[in-house]
This record gives sequence, structure tokens and C-alpha cells, in this order.
Amino acid sequence: MNDVLIRLENIVKSYGPDLDPAVDNLDLEVQRGEVLVLVGPSGCGKSTTLRLINRLIEPTSGRIVIDGEDVTDVNPSELRRKIGYVIQQVGLFPHRTIADNIATVPNLLGWKKKDIAARVDELLELVSMDPDTYRDRYPKELSGGQAQRVGVARALAADPDVLLMDEPFGAIDPITRDRLQNEFLRLQSEVKKTIVFVTHDIDEAIKMGNRIAILREGSEIAQLDTPEAILAHPADEFVESFLGSGAILKGLTLKKVSDTELHQVPILTAPVMREDALKELQESPDQVGLLLDSNGRPLRWIDERALNRTSQPIEKSGRPVTVDLQPEDTLQDALTVMLQSSAGMACVTDRRGKYLGCTTIESLAKLIMSDGQA
Amino acid sequence: MSIATSPNTQRTTLAERLDLIISPLFAVALSLIGVAVWFYSDLDKTTLSILDPEKLQRQLVETISLGLASSALVILIAVPIGILVTRKGFPRLKSFLVNTLGLGQSLPVYGLIVIFFSWLGAGAFTVLVALATYSLLPVLRNTIVGLEQVDRSVIDAARGMGLTARQILTKIELPLSVVVILAGIRTAVVINVGFAALAFLVGGGGLGVTINSGLVNNRDSAILIGAVMIAVLALAFDFLSALAQKYMKPKGL
Repeated sequence: MNDVLIRLENIVKSYGPDLDPAVDNLDLEVQRGEVLVLVGPSGCGKSTTLRLINRLIEPTSGRIVIDGEDVTDVNPSELRRKIGYVIQQVGLFPHRTIADNIATVPNLLGWKKKDIAARVDELLELVSMDPDTYRDRYPKELSGGQAQRVGVARALAADPDVLLMDEPFGAIDPITRDRLQNEFLRLQSEVKKTIVFVTHDIDEAIKMGNRIAILREGSEIAQLDTPEAILAHPADEFVESFLGSGAILKGLTLKKVSDTELHQVPILTAPVMREDALKELQESPDQVGLLLDSNGRPLRWIDERALNRTSQPIEKSGRPVTVDLQPEDTLQDALTVMLQSSAGMACVTDRRGKYLGCTTIESLAKLIMSDGQA
Repeated sequence: MSIATSPNTQRTTLAERLDLIISPLFAVALSLIGVAVWFYSDLDKTTLSILDPEKLQRQLVETISLGLASSALVILIAVPIGILVTRKGFPRLKSFLVNTLGLGQSLPVYGLIVIFFSWLGAGAFTVLVALATYSLLPVLRNTIVGLEQVDRSVIDAARGMGLTARQILTKIELPLSVVVILAGIRTAVVINVGFAALAFLVGGGGLGVTINSGLVNNRDSAILIGAVMIAVLALAFDFLSALAQKYMKPKGL
């Protein structure tokens, strides 16, 4: 797929003859259906670059071509109605209901009332908000995370091909941000928009981007490539220092639990005969086994000591399994769970919670090593 | 009644509720004083002729029309100017206006009326112009401040979605600043209705005539009743403006 949707040609944005230009002769191509992340230190011109695409900032010189059409001189308001726009502060209209906020662009485009109402409900569902609950609320009744969901829904309202996102999750607490990022990735796999995404957070860039453009001052592209390629082969010292230490750890967010080989520990299924269990554990190279319930869901880590403590039923001995991983979780999640787990391993389950296997530090290390050689 | 309020219900603050109570309370109290004066003081022929209902009614109409006309004039002038200077391209003029408008009000209305008298001559029109000049300031300042305090990110989002400059003004900026602008208009209306009493100074009629006749003829009860009527009138308009503020405030704010 090599279909360019947005092309910036020789774009210059200068705020005066004596000042260094904010954007200096930038050429950039965005492929249809990709998430291109612009990342760089503050003041590098990444937001300016984003706002040049929908001409919130007019270029001093250069051309902007979207879907084969030169839009440098078209009516900017009409152009912007065809491009979704999401900003860090969300900017919901406080005097309008959630439904009216989402309906902004369809209203401008003169859609029928009935179509708009249906579209609003569809979008609220899409961003995991119950239409009946939220449709008639006002923005001040929403949390930060909910507000940005509505912000995204509003940007998608008229089904634009292009979505511009300026640090959309930058003002949201880390836990909610992580959840919104994951939901955004799920959403993008459904809607397949062409997205230009600005962030100053390299971790977010690696997680969200199909390709990343690392920018330095004057919006000069230091490196533009896939996250994997940038992590493996930083183009220069600037990129390297921007990636920071622990590029390997960052790379873990790009891999999923399903990429590793799952390890099988001894399985005990209730009801357990103490002697059989002991025998099985002693014969296995592992120190611990896993107690599953009748539906195959992991319950507790059981080791020899737990089995020898005869004062308690086996179902109550050992340590409980608190967190499960699923195959589509990232290896970074897996590492966190493993480090917290008493067994030094993490259970992987399917969506219904059925046990599939375990990830181990060894399997993780093996994957990282093989990566380094490739 | 203790029904669980839906999340959409606007919660009124104590200040907002007091706002709608205080003016009527004062108005009622003052009216009672006026009525008491009417019943308990010795109303001689001169006083009764000053307080002739027909005269009072005419003066009342004159005062109200003067107050409302000057307020309307102010709104027609100050709001568009406020909108204009908050558009791009007038940053200097805007900060100049915001900084100096406060000072302008230290000029007394009395002085303004005299100044305009020497220029425009006697009559209600002179008072109209003087009042409009005086009360221009709060409306203009509040229009500028009201438009300025609209969250920039809301405007950025609106532009980014393709609202035109005019749509942003009418659909976003004005609704979001209407409360502040109305507060300025409210001040202006109260000033104009209250100071319309001074119209008699240059032959502009109004309730001031009653007070002046009371003074000239040394009739305290006439002075008091005239003063009470002016005060109650100003309070009534304050109350009406407060109502307008309450009901024109967009939901969700």
C-alpha cells in the first residue's frame, strides 16, 4: 500500500524576516490509513506542522495536497469540515450538550436531523459511552477522559478521511491515558483513518504510530520510519538522545504476549490429591504449579511448601493469582506483571479467563536477544 | 418535595438566589416607607399638587423612557465596538480601552449633563446623550472582558472544525460571554434609570421634577415620595436585569 493521502511540499512558516522560521522547508507524506506520529522536543514546530495541514496556520510558502487536490488556496472553513481535529484541551462547547457537540460538523454540512441523531448515538457507542446516559449531558459533567472520548467522537462525526490529533491524551492522568490509547488503537483498527498525531512523549509515539517522524527545531525531520526501525537503528545522536535510555524496554511495547513462546507449568485441577500434586511438582523443573478452577481459570500459585502445610485445604494455600495477561497485551505489561508476581511468571488467559500458559522472564529475554541479533 | 434532581438541573448558588431577592426586598421596604409618608404626614394643598397622580404618571413614563432609550443606545454602540476591538488586528486599541474605561467613570453624571447642555441645549435629548456617554463604559468593558474570557481552546476547536469567523462569534463567543455582557448592561440600565432623575436640571422632565418642587416649596414628604419612586424604579429594573441574566444564561455553564 503506497497511497499518499497528505503531501506537504516545501512548506515554510515564518513569523518575520528576523526570526528563524518555525517550519523550514518541510516535505512530508502521509500514507492513506496510517498513523503518523510527529514527535519532538517542545518548540520544534510539531504542532505548527499539524495546524498547517488544516490551515489553522497558513503557510508562508509551499503547497498542501490532500487526496490529490491542492488545498493551499481553497476555502479554509470548508477544508476543515473534511478533516477531524482533536486537541489536548478538548475544547468541547460548554453551552451545548454532548449530542450537539458531536453534531457540530454534520450540522454545518446540513445533514438531516434524523441522520445526525443516529450518527451521534453510533459515535457514542464507538467511544464506549452509553448514548442514553450521556447524549443530553453537558461537558462540565464529564471527567477528563470522558471529555476526550467525546472530543474524538466529535472529530469523527462527519466521517472525515483525515484526523489531526494534537497531544490528545496529554492532559489525562496516566492510567486513563493508557486506557484511552488502547481504545484508540482498537478504534483505529475499525475506522482505518489517516491520522497525524502530535506528541512530545516518545513512549506514546512508539505505541501509537505506524510510522514516527522525529522532528528537531524548525520542524526538520531527523528520522522518519517505523517505530521498530527507529528503535533498532537511530539515525543520529539527536534521535538517540531523544529516544533516551532503555530503547529495549520501549521496544517491549511493540511486541505482544502472543509473540513469545508460552511456558507450561504443572497444572492442578480441583479437587487435588495432596500426594499426586506433590509428586507432579517434584517431577517438574518448575518450583510452582497452578491451581485452576473447574472452568480452567487460574486461581492460585501452589508450591511444595503450600502443599506440605496440611492445616489448610489446598484451595486456600499458596498465593492467589491476581492479574491475568491476555495474548494481545504488550510485553511491557507482561514484564510489569511478572515483576510483581510471587512466582516470577505471569498467567496468560484467553478472553474468557481460561488458562493458556505462562510468560517467563526467560522467554522474554530470549525474544529480546533474538531481536538484537536480527 | 425531595425528588432526586437529574444531572441536567442547574444548581443555583446562594449568590444567584440572593441576586433575585435583594432588589425586590429593598423595593418593598422603600415602598412601605413611601406609603407610610403618604398616610401619616400632613399633606397640604401644595404637596398634593406636587404629587398630583397625573403629573407623577407622566414623570414616571419620562424617566423610564429616558432610562431605557439611553440604555438601548448604549447597547447599540458599545456591544458592536466591543466585538470589533476583540477581533484580530485591534490588540492595541483593545488594551487601551480596557485600561482607560475604568477611569472614565470618575467623571460625575452631573458634570456630563452640564457639558452636553452647553453644547446641545436644553431638553431630554441632552440627558439621553449624557447618560449614554456615562453608561457606555460598563457595557463596553464587560463586552470586551466577556469575549476575552472565552476559553481559547474552545475557539481553536471551533475553527478546527470549520466554523467560520461569524459562526464562531454568534454560536460560540456571544453565548459564552452573554452573562458578563448582561452584567454590564444591567449596571448601565440601573445607572440610566437612576440618573434619569437629573433630567429636570436641563428641562428634561422626569421624577426629578417632583423632588425639585419639594425642595423649592420646602415640602419634605414630596421630596421623600419622589426619591422613593426613583429608587424603587431603579431597583425594579435591577430585578428585571437579574431575571434576564438568569434566563439568558446558557444551560451547561
